[in-house]
Parts: sequence; C-alpha cells; structure tokens
Amino acid sequence: MAWVTQTLSSSLGRKVIMSLTGLFLCSFLIIHAAGNLQLFKGDGGRAFNEYTYFMTHNPLIMTVSYLLYTSILVHALMAFILTRHNQASRPVKYAYSKPEANSEWSSRNMGILGTVLLLFIIIHMRTFWFEMHFGSVPMAEYDGKEYKDLYRVVQAAFGELWYVTLYVICMVAVGYHLWHGFQSGFQTLGIRHKKYTPLIEFLGKYFFAIIIPAAFAAMPIYVYLQVHHII
Amino acid sequence: MKITLKVWRQKNSNTPGKLVEYQLDNVSEDMSFLEMFDVLNDSLTRKGEEPVAFDHDCREGICGTCSMYINGRAHGPQTGATTCQLHMRSFNDGDTIVVEPWRARAFPIIKDLIVDRLAFDRIIQAGGYVSVNTGSAVDANEILIPRTIADEAMDAAACIGCGACVAACKNASAMLFVSAKVSQLAILPQGKSEHKERAERMVAQMDSEGFGACSFTGACSVECPKSISLDHIARLNREYLGAKLSSDNIQG
Ligand code: HEM
Ligand code: SF4
Ligand code: FES
Repeated sequence: MAWVTQTLSSSLGRKVIMSLTGLFLCSFLIIHAAGNLQLFKGDGGRAFNEYTYFMTHNPLIMTVSYLLYTSILVHALMAFILTRHNQASRPVKYAYSKPEANSEWSSRNMGILGTVLLLFIIIHMRTFWFEMHFGSVPMAEYDGKEYKDLYRVVQAAFGELWYVTLYVICMVAVGYHLWHGFQSGFQTLGIRHKKYTPLIEFLGKYFFAIIIPAAFAAMPIYVYLQVHHII
Repeated sequence: MKITLKVWRQKNSNTPGKLVEYQLDNVSEDMSFLEMFDVLNDSLTRKGEEPVAFDHDCREGICGTCSMYINGRAHGPQTGATTCQLHMRSFNDGDTIVVEPWRARAFPIIKDLIVDRLAFDRIIQAGGYVSVNTGSAVDANEILIPRTIADEAMDAAACIGCGACVAACKNASAMLFVSAKVSQLAILPQGKSEHKERAERMVAQMDSEGFGACSFTGACSVECPKSISLDHIARLNREYLGAKLSSDNIQG
C-alpha cells in the first residue's frame, strides 16, 4: 500500500484529490440549482417543500450526501495543505512582481476564494441544513401529509437584506472559483485535447462560472422582493 | 538613455540582501540588457566597488543561464525571449528598472542575481534520459517517426532549463520544466520503454527539491522563452497517474 499513500501525498496526487472532489462538488451544484428552482414556482412553497422532503428521505440521495460532506471537508483540508506548501516554496517574495501580465486573477487566488466559499458553506448549512435536521421547523400539510415547512425558513432568511447581500457576494466568489477551477480540474487529471478542451473551457466559464452562480443569486433576490411585496 | 537600476545585491546565501540603486546616464537603446549590465559593472569596477554577479554564457538565447527577474517579469517585459535577447529599446528614457534573482526555495541565491539551479540537474539525473547501448550510431531512419510526433517532441525539447517557469509561477512550481523533459522522451519510441519509471522518479525528485504544486495559472508558459505549451503539463499528469496505477513499483 506504500504506493497509494506515496502517490496521494505527492504534489500531483494532492491535486488529483482537489480535482476529483472539486468536480464532484460541481456536479452537485447542478442538482442543487435545478432543485431549488422550485422556489420560483410561486405556489407558497409546496413544490419546494416536497422536493426537500424527497432529498432528505431518498436513501440513494442520503448516501450521496455523505459523500458530499466528505468531499467538502477533504477539498478544504487539501486546499489548506497545498496552499501552505505552495507559499513555502517561495520563502522570500519578489520586491516587485507583475503577475497580472501572465495569468488570471482567479487562478492565483483560489485559496482566498475557497476560504470565502468555506465560510459561506458554514453559514448556509447553519441556516438551512442545521435547521432542517436539528432545528424546529414549522410543519405544513399537503393532501393530508405532513411536511417540514423549510420554505418559511427560506423566507425568513432571505427577507433580510444583509443576508441577501452576503449571498450575492458569495455567489460571485463561486463564479471566480469555478471560472478557473472547472477547467483546471480536467487539466489536473491530464484531460486536455484539441477536440474537448475548448468545450470544457466553455462549460466551465459560461455555465459553471456565470449561469449557475447567477441562478443561485437570483433566488434570495426573488424571495426578498416577494417577502417585501415588491413583486 | 538615462536609466535608474534597482538591483538585488546579496553577498552570499547566508547574508540578507537588499535592492541597491544605480544611475546609468549613457545607455544606448541598441544595447542588450546584459550589455547594459556590463557597462554598469565596468563603472563599478573602476570605482573600486564589487561588480554585480549575474549568470550569462551564450548571449543568444540558447543556454538558459541569464536568469533575471526584471520589472516584475521573468526575463523582462518581452515574451518568448531570454534576458540576453532583451534590448534597451524595450524601455524608455528615464525608466526605473528593478532587477531581482529568481526566487524559489529550490533555487537558493549564490550571490547577487545568481541562483543555484542544480535542482533541475538532479531532476534530469532521476530519469530524464534514455538508456542505450553505446557503440556506433544507428541509422537515422531506422525508426520511422511521423512528422507531427517529431514536431511535438521537438517543441518539448526546446526547453533550455532556464527556470523562468519556476520564477514566474506563484507556487515556484517546476511543472513546465519537468513536463517538457518527460514529454520529449515519452512521445518518441526510444523513450517509451522507460516512460513509467521516468515519470515516477522525476516527479518524486521534483517534490523532494521543494518546488510547489501546479495551480495551472499558465504563467510559466507565458513567461517561458521557448513558449513551452501547457499541453505537456497535462501529458505529465497522464504519464504520472498512469505510471502510478500500472507500474510494478509497489514501494512507492
Ligand atoms: C470548502 C471550501 C473550498 C476551498 C477552501 C477551496 C479551495 C480550493 C483551492 C485552494 C483550489 C486550488 C488548488 C490549487 O491551487 O491547485 C481549489 C480548486 C478547485 N475547487 Fe475549490 N475550494 C472550496 C470549495 C469548492 C467548491 C464548493 C467547489 C465546486 C462547487 C470547488 C471546486 C473546485 C475545483 C473544480 C477546483 C479545481 C481543481 C484543480 O485545479 O485540479 N471548490 N479549491
Ligand atoms: S519550460 Fe521554458 S521557462 Fe521552464 S526551464 Fe524550460 S525553457 Fe525555461
Ligand atoms: S545567456 Fe544564454 S540564453 Fe541568455
């Protein structure tokens, strides 16, 4: 087994762990965004609450959710190890450096962007995931069946302007993280080819870095406007 | 041209260094950057001061020794060029130019602008070769190699081991250098037989020298005087992962 631990602790192996966990998180983002589109239904939250019930009771989804929590932890831990190691590789900094001449800002600031994401994930899970699992969520009844009314928790949270602002800022950070991260993840795995790399870059930049974060950012804005009867 | 230079002066690896300012009043725009340094050193020697130590050899862009971090860029503002290929016409009269050595844990400073790049040699010694029988050379066309593959190998082989990739990378990563050295052999039939051990050993040596990991910022390729492509880094990742998953080496 020496070869396994040796491979995973090499610089390339650590990057593979970053890439696999990161790309898995990207696939989760699609599901999460698509599901939460139920918030736009304008049906008082019924579709959304039925969807959350499904997500918290389906055995397959519950199994995958543990994989998800593990991925977040491993990705963040590995990010910490890699970033520390990378910083130590240049103990004396340049007095004058112009990195903007040769690389994109997002690619050089994945650690900072990731830290914002980690804080966001903690706040986000405290507000919704923790309340859903351990908090006291009011109940709603549809066709004689009881559901946890998470929609009301959403309304309460997204009714606050500071919370909506925080969300929108964090979604910008997600966008920047994936603007570089999605295509970098493929590069790490050695997937680079004339035929496919342009498609991967297109998907990473326009779908993962723009459309997905924009969809997520639209949710708190929409709910805020609705709660305050602006729309 | 009048030029103000701020040059990193450091006596040896154990003494802390600092930027020292020099004024040059008679710089011709036709001078190469290194000739401008020759003029500076000449004037320092006449004044009885210690000249600035800097590496140089071929002065025509092929040896890779002329390492200087100029105004925040490896080898200065020009792309696809070494310091010896940079001319003073790339600057304006009255400019201040900051010159520092390559900065990386794996490249300790020997003196002033000279750094120790033996780490690169040790990476090559770990596997950047093909084992062949000595004796008379084989016939040139004995092994047929398609043109596109020969070109790809030649592009990788253009690497002159200058270390600009390490100097420019925010992580001081040597991935572009190592990937070029792995690629130039891995894609040719002569290099195929040892390709697994090569990737494993060269990456292990790269890590033990204290270079950083690849964040794929692309800075290396932009600053590389030979414009080595990021394609080679992807190939190194494939070579290394493939080797780790399939080689007979279970000890790591
Ligand atoms: C939990 C907080 C997070 C932290 C601390 C973090 C940190 C990082 C860092 C530092 C890198 C760059 C590693 C390098 O320089 O080589 C990275 C890469 C990446 N991250 Fe994150 N990240 C976080 C969350 C996320 C999330 C939520 C996603 C996806 C939805 C994601 C997707 C990616 C991808 C795809 C990569 C590219 C991997 C590669 O270059 O091989 N990250 N992350
Ligand atoms: S890859 Fe380019 S920058 Fe790096 S050592 Fe080779 S020639 Fe120099
Ligand atoms: S002195 Fe040889 S490449 Fe510049």
